[in-house]
Amino acid sequence: MPSRRILGVGLLGAAALAALLVGPARITAQRPQGEPPALTINPLARVARDHAIRTLTEFDYGKATDLRDGTSLREYWIEAKHVEVEVAPGVRFPAWTFNGAIPGPTIRCTEGDSIRIYFTNHGTMPHSMHFHGIHRAGMDGVFEQVAPGQTFIYEFRAEPFGLHVYHCHTMPVKMHIARGLFGVFLVDPKQPRPKAREMVMVMNGFDTDLNGEDNEFYTVNGYANVFFRDYPIPVKAGELQRVYLVNMTEFDPVNSMHTHAAFFHVYPTGTSLTPSLYTDTITMGQGERAILEFRYPYPGRYLFHAHQNEFAELGWLGQFDVKP
Amino acid sequence: MTPRRRQEQAPGPSAARVWLAGLGPLLLVGAMTWWFLSSGVAWLRLGSVPIEKLAIERIIFRPQEVVLKVRNVGPGPLSVGQLLVNDAMWDFSITPGRELGRMKGATLSIAYDWLQGEPYVFTIVSGTGLRHTRHVEIATMTPVASPRSFLLFGALGAYVGLIPVFLGLLWLPFLRAMPRAWMDFWLSLTIGLLLFLGVDTLKESFEILGRVPQYWNGVMLVALGVVGAFFSLNGIGRALAGSASGSGALARPSGMGLALLIAIGIGLHNLGEGLAIGAAYTLGEVALGSFLIVGFTLHNTTEGLAILSPLVGGKANFRDLAILGLLGGGPTILGAWAGAFTYSDPLSLAFLGIGAGAIFQVVRVLARGRAEGGEPVIESLSRPRNAAGLLAGFIVMYATSLLVTG
Repeated sequence: MPSRRILGVGLLGAAALAALLVGPARITAQRPQGEPPALTINPLARVARDHAIRTLTEFDYGKATDLRDGTSLREYWIEAKHVEVEVAPGVRFPAWTFNGAIPGPTIRCTEGDSIRIYFTNHGTMPHSMHFHGIHRAGMDGVFEQVAPGQTFIYEFRAEPFGLHVYHCHTMPVKMHIARGLFGVFLVDPKQPRPKAREMVMVMNGFDTDLNGEDNEFYTVNGYANVFFRDYPIPVKAGELQRVYLVNMTEFDPVNSMHTHAAFFHVYPTGTSLTPSLYTDTITMGQGERAILEFRYPYPGRYLFHAHQNEFAELGWLGQFDVKP
Repeated sequence: MTPRRRQEQAPGPSAARVWLAGLGPLLLVGAMTWWFLSSGVAWLRLGSVPIEKLAIERIIFRPQEVVLKVRNVGPGPLSVGQLLVNDAMWDFSITPGRELGRMKGATLSIAYDWLQGEPYVFTIVSGTGLRHTRHVEIATMTPVASPRSFLLFGALGAYVGLIPVFLGLLWLPFLRAMPRAWMDFWLSLTIGLLLFLGVDTLKESFEILGRVPQYWNGVMLVALGVVGAFFSLNGIGRALAGSASGSGALARPSGMGLALLIAIGIGLHNLGEGLAIGAAYTLGEVALGSFLIVGFTLHNTTEGLAILSPLVGGKANFRDLAILGLLGGGPTILGAWAGAFTYSDPLSLAFLGIGAGAIFQVVRVLARGRAEGGEPVIESLSRPRNAAGLLAGFIVMYATSLLVTG
């Protein structure tokens, strides 16, 4: 099946329309041979830690096929799974995930690429994938709920360039996001950004007692204090750092990030190549995101954390280990 | 239809049969329990995950250190995940370990620069993410048993219990100087005082019930104390009150025996009160300011008054009064020591129940006695002056209690 080529955006549009008319497609998408297997279910701390660290620098470019107009068709295989994860040492969480961990894979592509997502719901209730971006109504992941065991194919063009998110849009949406159904959708501009050390940081909260009112812990990439305790992020002094910062916190209206001893340029939503702010603290509402660019002139250890220190002391704390 | 009684002269069953009849049901219950625990639960498919319950039983404040004693009081095993102090994650050490079987305890220790007199909230997040919280209203250095602290809490008990009761006893000459017609008034006043104390003792137990884990079944622990004290003091009361054993003749509720009975009841009440005061201080729930101590002094002076009414008509020497005062007020000191150094909520509940039961028993003995006018005391209470006396006793207690709420 993956060998089939779809040429041109017109065909893609037709497929999208068909998908809209037919509703959730009743096919089971298979990962192509040779791909690394999906993250396995594992409640151990090591899994949570490794996932958080991997999410920092791992991008899923999908299975790319060059198209005639110079863009690519990129195919992704995403599965909704209910698993138990660890969110802070010794504290487990009944998570709903994309591909078995929180956050889901960072889907990365270039503006204009044709995106095809094979989304299979292995959960026990309907789920969906709602992408932030510009696309047709039937690809919005709201009215096309995907029942357990079914597969839906999302097809759209990646636009506009910027730092976006995807998340489940099944009601109650608050709960589906709080349980972990979210990930980063990163669309690069056709003219690439300057070379930099790139990092993805997804801020969120975990309502571990499931009271639906507040969060017990706050994390970056799903595991409390992982970049403080387990893996201070090694960076080079003077090197350009680029953080893709995304806020997927529920219950609390805003989340924030503050870098010690470094100021960053802010590209809100990443939709412009010109920064709009130069600061060391950024506060973002739910679903908001921004690209931050900065350099550490001096070697040493520097904290970064939510400047709502309540969040910082409930798990949203990290440090950069700046090497000379 | 008239009930028929069947007269059977069956031969006495053999000893073996008696034993079998007695033990048989026990054996069957044991067998059923064994079967249920080994396979029955699975067979019934009750397989949902039990809700974790962790009790933070005690919080000990030491210099730059806080120690938490916790216990798994849920139906299944649990693990201790994270400790939050005022909603901030805090590194802790735990012995013997994070994994706690049912009813197993553990001790958590944290390095923490806590401040005297400030409130703290301790939350433990267990393995499945549930929160288990205990509030400390006022952080206070936890007393350790030392000669100094022994003296301190002894003095505290003396101030709030022993001294006031003795002061109250000093009213005896005054009561004796009053006209004889007022005897029933003092008796009614005493009943009013005692009724207040009985209810007050129960009230103190309610305050503790709020923080006792469910598995102690605290309400019934109090009830056990009440019922146990009430009926075991029945016999003692009969002996001490003397003549009550006579065939139906009403006795005048007077004399040293009855005074002793009242003193014992009040003493048991004060034991519970001392426990509560010592514990409240240790648990950081109350600041024992001088105002509060003065309040207790005034409040408890009326307890001395209550002991006196049986002595108004008779004779009593200083030795008698000293015994009565020690019995009535002394237990406060014992309670304060126990509460401060070895506090246990369930034990306090039992003692408060015993205190209440003892006092209600004393009220019962008084009410069954013969009043000055010849009728039973319980009847005499309907006379305006005696009713006023009962109410006055209650109101005096209520008014002075306002000094110690807070």
